[in-house]
Amino acid sequence: MTKDAIRITDLGDTAFNVEFGDAIDPVTNAKVTALAGAVRLARQGGGLAGLVETIPTFRSLMIQYDPLAADRAGLEAEILALARANAEAPTAKGRSWVIPACYDADLGEDLDQLGQRAGLSRDQMIGLHTGTEFTVHMLGFMPGFAYMGGLPEALRQPRRASPRLKVPPGSVAVAESLCAVYPWESPGGWHLIGQTPVRFFDNTRSPPALLAAGDRVRFRAMDRAEFEAARKDPSPLMPEGS
Amino acid sequence: MPNGLEIIHPGLFTTIQDLGRFGFQDLGVPPSGALDTIGLRLANALVGNAAGEACLEISYMGPVIRVAVDSVRIAVSGKVRLAIADGGTPRPVDSNRSHRLKRGDTLTVGAVDGASTAYLAIEGGFALAPVMGSLSSYGRAGLGPLGGRPPAAGTILPLRLAQCRDAEDVTFAKPMDYGQGPIRVVLGPQADAFTQDAVATLLASIYRVTQEADRMGLRLEGSKLAHRASADIASDGLVSGCIQVPGSGAPIIVLADHQTVGGYAKIATVISADLPRLGRVVPGTSLTFAAQSVAEAEAIRRAQEREIERLIRGIIPVPSTGVDLDALYGADLISGMVDAVSGQGR
Repeated sequence: MTKDAIRITDLGDTAFNVEFGDAIDPVTNAKVTALAGAVRLARQGGGLAGLVETIPTFRSLMIQYDPLAADRAGLEAEILALARANAEAPTAKGRSWVIPACYDADLGEDLDQLGQRAGLSRDQMIGLHTGTEFTVHMLGFMPGFAYMGGLPEALRQPRRASPRLKVPPGSVAVAESLCAVYPWESPGGWHLIGQTPVRFFDNTRSPPALLAAGDRVRFRAMDRAEFEAARKDPSPLMPEGS
Repeated sequence: MPNGLEIIHPGLFTTIQDLGRFGFQDLGVPPSGALDTIGLRLANALVGNAAGEACLEISYMGPVIRVAVDSVRIAVSGKVRLAIADGGTPRPVDSNRSHRLKRGDTLTVGAVDGASTAYLAIEGGFALAPVMGSLSSYGRAGLGPLGGRPPAAGTILPLRLAQCRDAEDVTFAKPMDYGQGPIRVVLGPQADAFTQDAVATLLASIYRVTQEADRMGLRLEGSKLAHRASADIASDGLVSGCIQVPGSGAPIIVLADHQTVGGYAKIATVISADLPRLGRVVPGTSLTFAAQSVAEAEAIRRAQEREIERLIRGIIPVPSTGVDLDALYGADLISGMVDAVSGQGR
């Protein structure tokens, strides 16, 4: 796929992808975010009849539509026009968050192993992770799960060969060039390095997901006492955001 | 005094579902909703509800429910063994028609015949608060009424109507035809990540639905599908019906509770008209696939919508011929039954 090409691919008769690339990189992701914003504006203006919703991802925007209400060819043409008109649109500046996390060995079972591979001490690994500003590329997989890019080289490893059947909620995890927090207990193949008491998804909040694409995230190490106190607090801990 | 429907026994896996929770997939929230949207719409039509009113989705074996309102009209779409008891012996009754129940009556929703799902609609619907715009249940993230979980024994589901409208009971003039033959797909979005042989294999082989079949998806066994290079892609969006193929080469068709994005290449996507069929298949079912263009898929869907509308327009009063002996004998829910008309034991 050439650098500036836009490709349309089909997901049956209810959706199509507008693809800007096939890899995870910030330039491609910014184009996705720009188109998602343009589509949102067009819908607010009453346009794009039959569109149901969109899913922005690393490299593509999925457009889901009602085949009984939408004219597929017309919708595709309108979206492509928006993509071309907004190709250079500046990305809205996301919010900035500081997420507290406890890196104790029983909460982040894989941290020591990752450290051994990288030849770094536990403190050095925690320093690397808390010293990084991550960017949210997309949400997905499960409610509130944010794929955050920018992981330092030393922390990068492929996903585990065999996924864990149960990853505890709040787990801070890394895989490839990405970092994420599991908002819910689930199976998962990423490496666990710590746990946060922050709730990443709460359907009584609006919006229910804490993070959005474009947001920037830093982690802060918290000790066990602070972690346990925050976890017992029935009011959900809100991280420091700006 | 409770006011609603009391769950005496929850059945195998009974959840509250409507047509889905849309508008939050960009936050990672699955659409959920009925696996068989046609079945849900038909059940609602029989009790005069709007098409998308929330129903109980019955998986394999339904609940036992006691009526704790003055009266209620219910209908179960699909071929399901039903029995109503008013204090005495349960009396088998037909599905695919409405029934009027009164306070204290018990409805036993038995096995679903030949399908995995069926729908129980209540006239007026449930008096439950939507969560993020929908009454659909998504247990993993606690979304939906009852925290997205199946109602447990003892749960009282509140209803909008304390008594049903004074209408006659109705049924369909003919059954819904879900269609047979291959499941139709549109190739893509990553058909080019597979070998040409893999695409040909998908369209020429017989696949079997394994025991791993639930609201998230169906795992299939059969001929393996080979990728050109890798099974992994940079994760992108999923819709119900996407056929993703992990490194094992065994396809997985995702259904209503699917993850919003996936990192496995997708060889094809089931067309929307054939999704309700997949929402009803039981493990062990053999499936074949045929490719269509998007335009063909749209035409098929439009024709199907016309058929559903015809079916709903053709709803007729239940013929008043008294006891339906075929249903009585066919239901096989009680033993030692005596035909009250002929006096012969069966």
